Amino acid sequence: MNKNILLVGVGGQGTILVSKILSTGLLEAGYDVKMSEIHGMAQRGGSVSTQVRYGEKVYSPIIGIGTADILVSFEKMEALRWLEYLKPEGVVVINDYEIPSAPILSGKENYPQGIIELIESKADTRVINAAETAEKLGSDKVMNVVLLGALVKLMNLTDIDWDKAIKDTVKEKFADVNIKALHAGMDSVVCSKTGC
Amino acid sequence: MKKLMTGNEAVAQGAYEAGVHYAAAYPGTPSTEILENIAPHKEIIAEWAPNEKVAVESAAGASIAGARTLSAMKHVGLNVAADPFFTMGYIGINGGMVVVSADDPGLHSSQNEQDNRYYAKMAKVAMIEPSDSQECKDMVKDALEISEKFDTMVLFRMTTRLCHSKSIVETGERTEVLIKPYVKNTNKNLIAPAVAKQLHLVVEQRLKELEKFSNETDLNYIEWNDKKVGVISAGVAYQYAREIFGDSASYLKIGFTYPLPMEKIKKFAEQVGTLYVVEELEPFMEEQIKAAGIDCIGKDKIPNTWELNPDIVEKSLFGTEKATIDYDKTTAVGRPPTLCAGCPHRAFYYELSKKKNIMITGDIGCYTLGGTAPLNAMDTCICMGASVSAAHGAKKVFEKNNDNKRVVATIGDSTFFHSGMTSLLDVVYNKSNTITCILDNRITAMTGHQENPGTGYTLQGEEAYITDIPEVVKALGIKHIRTVNPLNSAETKEAIDWALALEEPSVIISRYPCALKSYSEHDLNEFGPIKGVCEVNQEVCIGCKKCVGTGCPAIHFKKEIKKSSINKVQCVGCKLCAQVCPVKAISKVGE
Repeated sequence: MNKNILLVGVGGQGTILVSKILSTGLLEAGYDVKMSEIHGMAQRGGSVSTQVRYGEKVYSPIIGIGTADILVSFEKMEALRWLEYLKPEGVVVINDYEIPSAPILSGKENYPQGIIELIESKADTRVINAAETAEKLGSDKVMNVVLLGALVKLMNLTDIDWDKAIKDTVKEKFADVNIKALHAGMDSVVCSKTGC
Repeated sequence: MKKLMTGNEAVAQGAYEAGVHYAAAYPGTPSTEILENIAPHKEIIAEWAPNEKVAVESAAGASIAGARTLSAMKHVGLNVAADPFFTMGYIGINGGMVVVSADDPGLHSSQNEQDNRYYAKMAKVAMIEPSDSQECKDMVKDALEISEKFDTMVLFRMTTRLCHSKSIVETGERTEVLIKPYVKNTNKNLIAPAVAKQLHLVVEQRLKELEKFSNETDLNYIEWNDKKVGVISAGVAYQYAREIFGDSASYLKIGFTYPLPMEKIKKFAEQVGTLYVVEELEPFMEEQIKAAGIDCIGKDKIPNTWELNPDIVEKSLFGTEKATIDYDKTTAVGRPPTLCAGCPHRAFYYELSKKKNIMITGDIGCYTLGGTAPLNAMDTCICMGASVSAAHGAKKVFEKNNDNKRVVATIGDSTFFHSGMTSLLDVVYNKSNTITCILDNRITAMTGHQENPGTGYTLQGEEAYITDIPEVVKALGIKHIRTVNPLNSAETKEAIDWALALEEPSVIISRYPCALKSYSEHDLNEFGPIKGVCEVNQEVCIGCKKCVGTGCPAIHFKKEIKKSSINKVQCVGCKLCAQVCPVKAISKVGE
């Protein structure tokens, strides 16, 4: 059975790097993999999403609503925007991190309150403070890989050699901190609910 | 070697392996990365052309000279290149010639959703549509071979989802192909009416041969499963169909989509029960299949608007609804794209937005965002280059109607080179009094920072002549020209006022590098490094929100305290906000 991963966030948050590491590792592990992302507006602060599908044989590179096994949201409000893509029995990983969008910055709108409580009431939800974890590791840039760690744990993919996938993807001098971030991410979630 | 590649990377790899000698393109999402990935291969002459017409014409010349060629563009780029495209449909090729069109179903970053498959039918040339990255790579080679075998240009039709999705590709080595000898042949290559009249007969004969090939080639294959349901599909839509129908249906997968393999389709249709045609955008195949008297289900159910995905196809055909989590989606505040912090376009549009009784025509690029809130500094945006010519037409009509409204055109550097220059010639020649603002941010920014004739570098980053915009403008006949630093508000305002007061057409060049650009040596010499960040002295801030009015994403107005603050990570220290602040509450840290 194919699995569907949906990574969402804001342009510049590093969703694309995570999907690269993820698909590299999955490919090494022998899965058929397809990954889909949309370029164009990403650098301009827009909402971004990347989909990774893997399994024995994957046809479509994209999924529709109600089909993601896991939704990893790099930004809190984005989880709300993309929640309809999740299977009702799927898992949500939310980075407890806010990036106000233009209408909020200008004071026209307020950042929505109670997002986590709302999503927790609707789906199996894991809240992670990836920014804090990354900061402890000395690099706020690896927030994305902390989230990747949580993702691979929850998808029961810890047997894959992720250290190698990271080394194959990022520059050598950043490999070490990224590997640490990955393991910190793995340690930040328990998967009792999903049975992994 | 097995690799995960995007469709664009795979097309580039295919071009490399198939011995392509010459490649040209103008950047355009979703096609841009094709040439970027061809560029490192020293065996291929690879170039950014100033526009798509030039790219296809250069490729045509290269083909006539004997080379295997590839040109690439986004769907609307083929509109620009339509003239050589149609003529090359008649002339044919010498070296294989492939034109890649990357359509954008879903309008991820385009102004329309046109289905360029109709171009193949209209120009009567062969067409190929891959459905994953492996096919993107392999079919470039097929396309070149078909091109040479049948003396036809081949339209290689991609879509955003193919261009930007990664799937597994088995890569190979390059096979060198000799450049064919050039032989002067005016009965083929010199398209005068008498020649074209004969060539049209050749084209019709060629179409028949291509259709025969279409019925025979493995590019169009049948996968037999249960025969109760048959599915005809092509491109990425095939993957969606395969996902939904699984092994419970038989498939006729079409990779060579023009001319269609009608005999094969007929035979397939005869053997299956219900026949579905699953295609994205228009009923291109369905119309032809129905015209051949074959009953099928297609666009009466599957939408011809927006991008498809497996669930949309499933829902439209069978009414299946996926269970989803029920919640109020509207609580998520929108996240529209914005001009970046420090963007020179913002500074220019900010000044322009203050002018009354003007019409502002826009163009294609990041700066189209100048038309969004809070700047709202744009009345129209049509297509590449149209800002200058539409401004001309509008101004003529305002004058005729005794309306003294001024018209200001805004166009980027790359767009000006693309197709703004001829429009400006029209302004001079036909005497309209427009103001053309060339927003020269020293790069083709929107598509991800490609070099252009004004930046001083080629696609490979080699030094090139820097086209001097003021000199070009002067040569076109513009007498009133000013170059400003848009980040200097007073200078910009003064130039706009100066231009508005003139009775003759003028040009203002707003010259400052894109805030995201990594500076070239030329940029460093001219603009110096930019450093520092701005901060708000909250004791001085009166909460007037003037700085918020610039639309800078680094500025956050905090409602609770009615004061602005600046995000130090995002701010690049352009100081536009500091100039806008009426109480001087904003300054650069350390200044």
